Amino acid sequence: MHFVRWNPQMNNHRQKVTIDGNEAAAYVAHKINEVIAIYPITPSSGMGEWADQWSSEGKRNIWGTIPTVIEMQSEGGASAALHGAVQAGALSTTFTSSQGLLLMIPTMYKLAGELTPTVFHVAARTVATHALSIFGDHSDVMAVRQTGFGLLAAAGVQEVMDMALIASAASLEARIPFVHFFDGFRTTHEVGKIEQLTDDDLQAMMDDALIRSHRERAMTPDRPVLRGTAQNPDHFFQARETINPFYLACPTIVQNAMDKFAGLTGRQYHLFDYVGAPDAERIVVMMGSGAETAEETVSYLAGQGDKVGLLKVRLFRPFSVEHFIAAIPPSVKRIAVLDRTKEPGAVGEPLYSDVITALTEALDERPMPKVIGGRYGLSSKEFTPAMVKTVYDELAKPAPKNHFTVGIVDDVTHTSLAFDPEFSTEDPSTVRCLFYGLGADGTVGANKNSIKIIGEETDNFAQGYFVYDSKKAGAVTVSHLRFGPKPLHSTYLITKANFIACHQFVFLERFDVLKAAVPGAVFLLNSPYPADQVWNHLSRKVQEQIVAKKLKFYVIDGYEVARQAGMGSRINTIMQTCFFAISGVLPREEAIAKIKDAIKKTYGKRGEAVVQKNFAAVDAALDHLHQVQVPEQATSDIMVPPTVSPRAPEFVQKVVAPIIRGEGDLLPVSAMPKDGTFPTATAAWEKRNIALEVPVWDEKICIQCGKCVLVCPHATIRAKVYDKAALEGAPPTFKYTAARWKEFKDQTYTLQVAVEDCTGCSLCVEVCPVKDKSDVKRKAVNMAPQIPLREPERVNWDFFLGLPEMDKQQIKPHIVKDTQLFQPLFEFSGACAGCGETPYIKLMTQLFGDRAIIGNATGCSSIYGGNLPTTPYTVDAEGRGPTWNNSLFEDCAEFTLGLRLAVDQHTLFARDLLEKLREQVSGVLVDEILAADQSADAGVQAQRERVKLLRERLAGIDSPHARRLEAIADYLVKKSVWAIGGDGWAYDIGYGGLDHVLSTGRNVNILVLDTEVYSNTGGQMSKATPRGAVAKFAAGGKPMGKKDLSMMAMQYGNVYVGRVAMGANDVHTVKTFLEAEAHNGPSIIIAYSHCIAHGFDMVHGLEQQKAAVASGHFPLIRYNPALAAEGKNPFQLDSKAPSIPIEKYAYNETRYTMLVRSDPEAAKKLLELAQHDAQVRFKLYEHMAAMPGNGAGKEVKNG
Amino acid sequence: MANLSTSYLGLTLKSPIVASSGPLCKDIGHILHMEDAGVAAVVLHSLFEEQITIESQALDRHLSEQSESYAESLSYFPDLANYNIGPDGYVEHLRKAKQAVDIPIVGSLNGVSTGGWIRYAKLIEDAGADALELNIYYMPADPAVDGARIEQMYTELVSHVKASINIPVAVKLGPYFSSIPNMARKLDKAGADGLVLFNRFYQPDLDLEALEVAPNLVLSNSSELLMRLHWVGLLYGHVGADMAITGGVHTALDVLKSMMVGGRVAMMTSALLRHGIDYVARLEADVLEWMEAHEYESIEQMQGSMSARNVAEPAAFQRANYMKVLSSYDVRTSYLH
Repeated sequence: MHFVRWNPQMNNHRQKVTIDGNEAAAYVAHKINEVIAIYPITPSSGMGEWADQWSSEGKRNIWGTIPTVIEMQSEGGASAALHGAVQAGALSTTFTSSQGLLLMIPTMYKLAGELTPTVFHVAARTVATHALSIFGDHSDVMAVRQTGFGLLAAAGVQEVMDMALIASAASLEARIPFVHFFDGFRTTHEVGKIEQLTDDDLQAMMDDALIRSHRERAMTPDRPVLRGTAQNPDHFFQARETINPFYLACPTIVQNAMDKFAGLTGRQYHLFDYVGAPDAERIVVMMGSGAETAEETVSYLAGQGDKVGLLKVRLFRPFSVEHFIAAIPPSVKRIAVLDRTKEPGAVGEPLYSDVITALTEALDERPMPKVIGGRYGLSSKEFTPAMVKTVYDELAKPAPKNHFTVGIVDDVTHTSLAFDPEFSTEDPSTVRCLFYGLGADGTVGANKNSIKIIGEETDNFAQGYFVYDSKKAGAVTVSHLRFGPKPLHSTYLITKANFIACHQFVFLERFDVLKAAVPGAVFLLNSPYPADQVWNHLSRKVQEQIVAKKLKFYVIDGYEVARQAGMGSRINTIMQTCFFAISGVLPREEAIAKIKDAIKKTYGKRGEAVVQKNFAAVDAALDHLHQVQVPEQATSDIMVPPTVSPRAPEFVQKVVAPIIRGEGDLLPVSAMPKDGTFPTATAAWEKRNIALEVPVWDEKICIQCGKCVLVCPHATIRAKVYDKAALEGAPPTFKYTAARWKEFKDQTYTLQVAVEDCTGCSLCVEVCPVKDKSDVKRKAVNMAPQIPLREPERVNWDFFLGLPEMDKQQIKPHIVKDTQLFQPLFEFSGACAGCGETPYIKLMTQLFGDRAIIGNATGCSSIYGGNLPTTPYTVDAEGRGPTWNNSLFEDCAEFTLGLRLAVDQHTLFARDLLEKLREQVSGVLVDEILAADQSADAGVQAQRERVKLLRERLAGIDSPHARRLEAIADYLVKKSVWAIGGDGWAYDIGYGGLDHVLSTGRNVNILVLDTEVYSNTGGQMSKATPRGAVAKFAAGGKPMGKKDLSMMAMQYGNVYVGRVAMGANDVHTVKTFLEAEAHNGPSIIIAYSHCIAHGFDMVHGLEQQKAAVASGHFPLIRYNPALAAEGKNPFQLDSKAPSIPIEKYAYNETRYTMLVRSDPEAAKKLLELAQHDAQVRFKLYEHMAAMPGNGAGKEVKNG
Repeated sequence: MANLSTSYLGLTLKSPIVASSGPLCKDIGHILHMEDAGVAAVVLHSLFEEQITIESQALDRHLSEQSESYAESLSYFPDLANYNIGPDGYVEHLRKAKQAVDIPIVGSLNGVSTGGWIRYAKLIEDAGADALELNIYYMPADPAVDGARIEQMYTELVSHVKASINIPVAVKLGPYFSSIPNMARKLDKAGADGLVLFNRFYQPDLDLEALEVAPNLVLSNSSELLMRLHWVGLLYGHVGADMAITGGVHTALDVLKSMMVGGRVAMMTSALLRHGIDYVARLEADVLEWMEAHEYESIEQMQGSMSARNVAEPAAFQRANYMKVLSSYDVRTSYLH
C-alpha cells in the first residue's frame, strides 16, 4: 500500500510558506523555464501575473537567466508561441483554464505528435455549456485527454508545487508534453502552509543532459531539419505509431521522477496513491482536490473499522493499467469512480470508463469488482465528507446506483445520492473560523494576512479559502479559515465553525450567518450599537441562535474605530485584531506585534502614513471590543425580512431568491431551466441597499437637463414627464415640479432615486451643472445618508414606477435632455460603483432596447449583464426588451453576426410569405408592411401595429404559409443587433472575428467598452492599453502605443465608426449611437470607459474622460459612410486640438503615476512618446478631416 | 570692487542674493544655472508632509479599491517592488543638488505632525543640507484655537526640531501675528537661527461663472517688499536670529533696501520666474554698480544701517508713518480731483 509521507526530519532546511496554488505552480514554472507565453483567464491568471511580476523584478530561473514572459492575444496564440519556443529549443510553459485550454487543443496535438517536452499548468475549470462558470471541475482537462499530452493531477497546494516539478522533469525525459492540473479556485486560490522547494531541489530534478538533448533537437539552420510535414495515406498511419514506445515508457519515467523527488524531499508520490484500510472492500477512485476530502473521510471511516479505501489518481494520461491494478488492494470488491465532469451521451464519464477498461483488460484471474460511476463537484459544487460517506454507503448496498450524482438533488432523472449534511469529519483540534465581510471593507485581505501569520509564526497547519459573490459593487465575501496541529485535508467549506465574525450588521438580515456556529462558538459582530444595546437590534432568529448555541458574543463598532484612525470604510485590521485577541491563537501582545509586522509588509511600500493609520486602528481596536451579556431568552420581535418582495414573480421567489440568500445549493434539478434560459427583469427584485449615501433631488433648483440620468451607471436615478393628474395618491414625500420643456409645459416632472438600488457613486452629483445661488456647494442633487431615506423613498420609487412612461414618439432622441425620458432597459447591475461602461449600455437600451438583440463577449459586461442570480436587462410595459446571450469571449462578433443573419433570413422569409398571402391578408396591409419606413421610432411603432393586425388576419387563414408567417411575423419589425464587449475582446482575442464581421457589410452594431485593460480578470494589458500605463503583464509600463482600432475599421469605407466619451461630450455620444444604429451596415462605437483599474476616484470619471479627450489621448471622431455617398468627407473630427498635455490627463491616474514612482526614467520617456503619439494622431485626423469629398480623388473608370 | 559677501545661518555667502523656495529649485539643471548666474545659496522647494501623506493614502486607496471583492479580479494592479512614496524623492534631489553645486543648499520642510517634522528634518540633514528652513505654512482656520496656542505650536516646533538636528534652522513666517516682535523673540529663544520674513499666503480667487473657488497664484511684485522692509527694520537688533527677506525682492534696489533694514539675505523666486535665471547676474551687477556709485565697500557695511534703530526718525517705522501715509494719500486724492 502506498502512503504519502512527509518526513519532517528531511525537510527542516526548507522554508515554510503560506501561499495559494497559483503561486505554488508559478514559483516552480518561473524557475525552470525560459519562455513563458501567457493569456489571462480565471482562475489561472494569477500564475501568469506572478511570472510576469517576477521577471519584471529581475528574478532569475535556476540557470541564471530571467525568463521572457509574453502576453499573447489569446490562449491559442500563447500555445502557438510556446510551440515555436520549444521547437527552437527553449524550455517553455504556459498557464490556462477552461476555454483557454480548449483554444490550445490544435497546438497540443502538434506538440504531442512532435514529442516536445513542455508543461501546461492548468487551473481546471468548468467549460461553458448552458452557462459560463469560472469555477472548478475537470471538464476542460477531460477535453484534452485525447491530445497525447500526459495528464498529472495535484490535489492540494503542496502537491501543486511538487507535481509542477515532477511533471516538468518527467516531460523532459519522456518527451511527452504534460498538462499539470489542479482544481480551479479550490486549489488555485486556497492559501495553505507548504514547504517551498529549493533551487537545489529544482536543479536536481531538471537533468542537464536531458535539457541538452532537447536543445540538440531544436530547429536551427546549423542542423537543418523539416518538421510539420504533410503526409499521405500510404505512410501517415505508420508514422503515427512510432510514438508508442514513448507512451509505454512514460509511466515508469513519471514514477522514477516521483521516487527521485521523494529522495530529495521525503514526499513520496505514486502514479496511483492508495489510502485507507489495507483490507478494504469498498474503494473510491478519483483525482483532484476532492481526493483530499475523500482521504479525510476515509481516514475517519477506516479509523472506525470500515473496510474502505481511496485510490488517488495522479497520472491520468498515459494511463498505466499495470500500476493501477497494482495499487488496488486484492480485497476490493466494489469500486466507485468519481468524475468531476459530465460527458452527456457517453456510457460513463472518462475516469469511470478508463477504470472499467483497465479492470477488464488486467483482471484475467481475479474476479471483476463491481464498478459504479458518479459525478460530483461540477463548477466547484461543494464536495464534503458527508457526500463521500454516502458514496461508500451506496457501494455497500446490494444494488448500488450507477451513473449517480452526489452533492445535488436530482428530482428529474433521480441520479442523486442522498446524504446527511450533518455528518462531519472535522478534527476537534482544528480551529474553524468564518468571516462575513464586504469586498470593500478589506476582510479577505486581512484574513489572508491572518492565515499567513498563523502559518508562518506558529507550528499550526493553516488553510484559508475565500468565497466571493458575483457583484462588483457591494460584493459579499466569506472567508473560511482553518488551523490546527494536524495536516489539513478539508477541501470543503466550513459548516461547523468555532468562530464566526460578521463584519456587516446588515448581513444578519440577508444571510443565516450563525447557521454554522457550533455550540459554545464565538460570535464577533461589527455593530453600530454598543454592547448594552445591540441585543435589542437583533432579529428574533439571531437571538434564538445565540441563546440556543450558547455563543460567546462580542461586539465592536469597527467603523467608528476606522473613522477615528482615518481608515474610512476599511475595518480589516480592526476586526483582525479582535479575532486574534478573542481566539487566543497567539498571546495578545505577540499577535498585535505580528499584525503590525504584516501591516508593514503589506502596506510599507505605500508609505508611512498608511502604515501609521493601520497601526492606530490596531491600537484602538481592543478598547472598543466588548463582550455582550446574553439574556437567557430571545426577546426580539424583529423578523428577518423576505429576500425579495412578495410581489415578485414565482420564478424569482422560487429560484432567484434562494440563490440571493446563499441557498442555491438546495435548489433541485427540476427548479433549473433546462437550457440555460432565464427570464430578464430580475435585478429589480434584488434590493441590496449597499449605498451609505444616496442622491436627493432639489426640485426647486433643478433645470431638468437629464445629465444625471444619462451618466448613472446603475439606472437608479430616473426622470418622468407626466400629466399632473397622475399624482393622485402620491406618497406625502413624493417630489415633483413643472416640466421645463416648451412642448410639455403643462406637464409635471419628477426625478426619482431608487435608493435601495443606488450604489452611492455620486457621479450624478458630480455631473450636475446647477449650483444653489445661496449655497454654491449644493447642487440639484446632493448626497444624503441612505438609512433615513430608505423607507419613504422605497414608497416613492414604487409610485414613480407606476407613473406612465412618456410616449416615445414625443421624445427627441438626439437631444440629451430628452433621452432621460426614455425608459432604461438595463438597470441595477452589479457593476462597480461609478462604472464607466454601463451608461453606454443603458443609453443603447433607452434608444433601441425594445428591439435589441445582444451578443455579449465574456468580460465585465457579461458578468454584470448575465451573472446570476439576477440580470439588469429588463422589459418595458409591453414586455419588450433586450434579449441577450454570451457565447464566448473570442467569438462575440461572429456570434452576433449569426444573430443578424438569422434575423435577416427571417425577415426575408416573412416578406416572401407575406407576398404569398397577399390576397388573404389584404394587399394594402401587405404593401404598407413591405414599404414601411422604420428609420425612426414612430415608424417602428406603426409597423408593430401593422404586424398586430397581420397576426389577427393570419389567425383566420388556414394555410401552412400563414402558420409559418405567424412564427416569424415579428421580424417584419426592425431589430437592432448589437455585439457588446470590452477591449480585451475587440482589440485582442476577438479582433480577427470582429474584423471579419466588419468586412461582411451586414448590419451589426458593435459597441466596444474600452477600459484599455482586461478589467474583468483584474487589469491585464490589452492592445488598447495606452503607452506608459502600468497594467498586469505590463508591470514596467506598456512600452507600445494604443492600437487605433477606429482607423482599422475605417479602411473598409462602408463601416460606420464612432469614438465617443460620454464625459467629454454627451451630445456627441447620443448622436453617434443614433447614427451607428441607423447605418444599414456594420458599425463600431469605441466608447471610452473609465474603470476601477485606472486607479482614481471614480467620482471624477467624467472629468477624467474630458481630460482624455482634451489631451488628445482619445479624440472624438465619427466616420459615416452615408456622408461619402453624398460626396462629402465621411470623416469628422469632433474634438478640438489637444489643449492640455497628456501629463495633465494621465497623472490623475494610478496606472500611470505608479510608474513615475517605481521607474521615473521610464515614465518620463514613455510620457514623451505618448505625447508624441497624441500629437501625430491628431495631425493625421486633422488632415483626414480636411480632405475634400470622399477623398477618393479622380475616379478611374474601368474598361 | 565692493564686497558682496554676507553671512546667513552661519554660512558665508558670496552675495546676499538667494533663491527662495520655489518651483525652479525642483530641477537640478536650474540649480546649476542659478549657481552660474551668481545665486549665493538655494533654498529648495518644500517637502510637504501633508502631500506625502495624501499621496501615500491615495496610492493605498487606489491599489486597494475593489480588490479582494470579486473572484476573477482580486486586484487590479501588479504589486510593484517599490513606489518611492514618501520623502525619498526629495532627499535624493537634495543629495543630487549638493553634489552638483558648491553653493549652500538649504532644505525646506512643511510638516503637519511633530513626528513628521522631526523625522523629515533628520532626513534632510542626513542628505547633506547646509541648513533647514521650516516653512510653517499654517492657516489658523479653527476659531477654537487662540493666538497664544498657535504661537506655542510654533515655538515648540522650533525647539523640537532644533533638539533633533545639528544644522542651522530658519523659520519662515507669515506676517499675521498680533505682535511680530514678540513672536520673533519667542522663536529666537526657541533656538531659531534665522527668520525668513514673510511667507506669501496664496489667496484663492472666485470664478463667478463656475461659482467655484479658483486657485490663484500671482507672482510677487516690489510693492510687497515694503511690509518686509518695515518689519525687518523694526526687528533688527531685537532678535539674535539672522533675518532673510523674501517676497517682493525684484530689483537691485530691493536687494539693497533689504540689506539696509537689516536683512542678511534677500530671497527671490518671482523675479527669476519672470526674467529668467540669468537675471541674477544683471541684478548683482546693478547692486555692485549702485554700491560703487554710492561708495559702499561691502554689504555688511550697509546691513541694518536703515533699521528703526539706526534711522534718524525711528517713528517713521511706527505709527507716525501711518499718519504720514494717510496725509500723502489725502494730498494725492485731492490732487486727482
